[in-house]
Amino acid sequence: MAKHEVKSPIPGTFYRKPAPDQPPFKEVGDTVAKGDTVAIVEVMKSFHEIKSDGDGNITAFPIDDAEPVMAGQTIVELD
Amino acid sequence: MKTGNISKLLIANRGEIAVRVIRAARDLGIATVQVYSDADKDSRAVQMADETINIGPPQAAKSYLDIEAILKAARDTGADAIHPGYGFLSENAGFADAVADAGLIFVGPSGDTIRLMGDKAAARAEAKKANVPTVPGSDGVIGDMQEAAKLADEIGYPVMIKAAAGGGGRGIRIADSAEEFLSLAPQASSEAKAAFGDGGIYIEKVIERARHIEVQVLGDGEDVVHFHERECSLQRRRQKVWEEAPSSALNENVRDKLCASAVALAKSVNYKGAGTIEYLYDDETGDFYFIEMNTRIQVEHPVTEMICGFDLVAEMIAIAGGAKLRVSQDDVAAKGHAIEVRLNAEDPANNFMPFPGVVGELLAPDGPGVRFDHMLYPGYAVPPFYDSLLGKLIVWAEDRDKALLRLKRALGELQVDGLATTKPLFEALLESEDLRAGKVHTRWLEPWLENNLNRIKQKEGSNS
Repeated sequence: MAKHEVKSPIPGTFYRKPAPDQPPFKEVGDTVAKGDTVAIVEVMKSFHEIKSDGDGNITAFPIDDAEPVMAGQTIVELD
Repeated sequence: MKTGNISKLLIANRGEIAVRVIRAARDLGIATVQVYSDADKDSRAVQMADETINIGPPQAAKSYLDIEAILKAARDTGADAIHPGYGFLSENAGFADAVADAGLIFVGPSGDTIRLMGDKAAARAEAKKANVPTVPGSDGVIGDMQEAAKLADEIGYPVMIKAAAGGGGRGIRIADSAEEFLSLAPQASSEAKAAFGDGGIYIEKVIERARHIEVQVLGDGEDVVHFHERECSLQRRRQKVWEEAPSSALNENVRDKLCASAVALAKSVNYKGAGTIEYLYDDETGDFYFIEMNTRIQVEHPVTEMICGFDLVAEMIAIAGGAKLRVSQDDVAAKGHAIEVRLNAEDPANNFMPFPGVVGELLAPDGPGVRFDHMLYPGYAVPPFYDSLLGKLIVWAEDRDKALLRLKRALGELQVDGLATTKPLFEALLESEDLRAGKVHTRWLEPWLENNLNRIKQKEGSNS
């Protein structure tokens, strides 16, 4: 059970990278601090950075890159 | 009934334009096939079409942009033609080719025409050849900086320095003097090199207070007819939000020249289908300059239909089916004034934040001179995966002042619960003296938005 779950505030398409040809913002095992950008969600052709609202080590990304996400769905699990 | 060679039309699009195309096909007696992604199975177009077929997951790249999936859908349903709508694959030359190669009819120009007019430099050269004025600038990429500065002097400052490989406003610099030019141009070149892998830059005159004016044409491969102009100067981040026909800025002399130049350009490329030739218009000098051609039906086509009385979508389908133009230039008379506003699922009081959600109560405006092209119904969940356009409210009246009053009336009748929409923006805009007087240009709206946030918030408050 993750200690903290970062949820997407908006629905859309979930991206782990800032651009298709760039590496992901974060990988499993990375440390994140509150305010770090962990993903981008594209909603109606506009792109929004999702920032972590907790500190910890990333244990999982429950959604794959470029897949649909619902508002309130967990996108990063922290330990 | 067959219209030319088309008896069953597949719509390779979604949203309000899919609804619009289904209506045109039905008016022509043509059966319809609506493709849909997993996110669109409950869409209005799917409910309306004669047949429907799933083409993949919500992401456009895996559905509405998947050429193979769309061609397979056409084969599986026995469709003989494909209408691409706007956006998605509508200006994809490879798609137009693939449709033709599959033995189907593409409702639009050939892949070659799309390729030619889609290449900015080639389209500009084509316009020059047809004696259509283009924005003064360098002939292609500039080499020597001192030579370029001399040319910039001749054109007159300010000039725009643009990356040849750029787009979407990236890599643009504006120089006000020769000194500035000589410091900015190398900078722009190295930035372009870093961003696009190509340091090529070219220069264009800055048209300070330009209006965006465009001419609607229909061609059958030989003849071309124009349907007068639209003005779309109200833009936010280069996206049109409010369109009118005719433009209130043109006199008859300029209007005739503008429309004639659009016909000349379309004829020079043997244009087939519906197309729009876009221009910048300089109020101060009365000069107009070609910017680009859109080789598809446009979002704002209804304002033209309202003043001219023709169904442009039906005509483009008939032409694709092999018909000659059914309209001659003498048949096309512009009457009255039309205004369209784009109802987007965005919150104009919150930096136009997209607002997908579920439609609650819906009251559609109606009555004389009002048209509402949309995809809404109560309970409809607007998906977050596509653009935010929900519909277009179009009004017509005998003149512009009456059309503005009618727009106010129609907006008052419109109620879309459950979503934030751009309706309050238009209610606030209707109070602008500049807008009412038609004193606008392409860079008018953005500063107005900054200065009128409270007015928009107040309108939003009185709607909820």
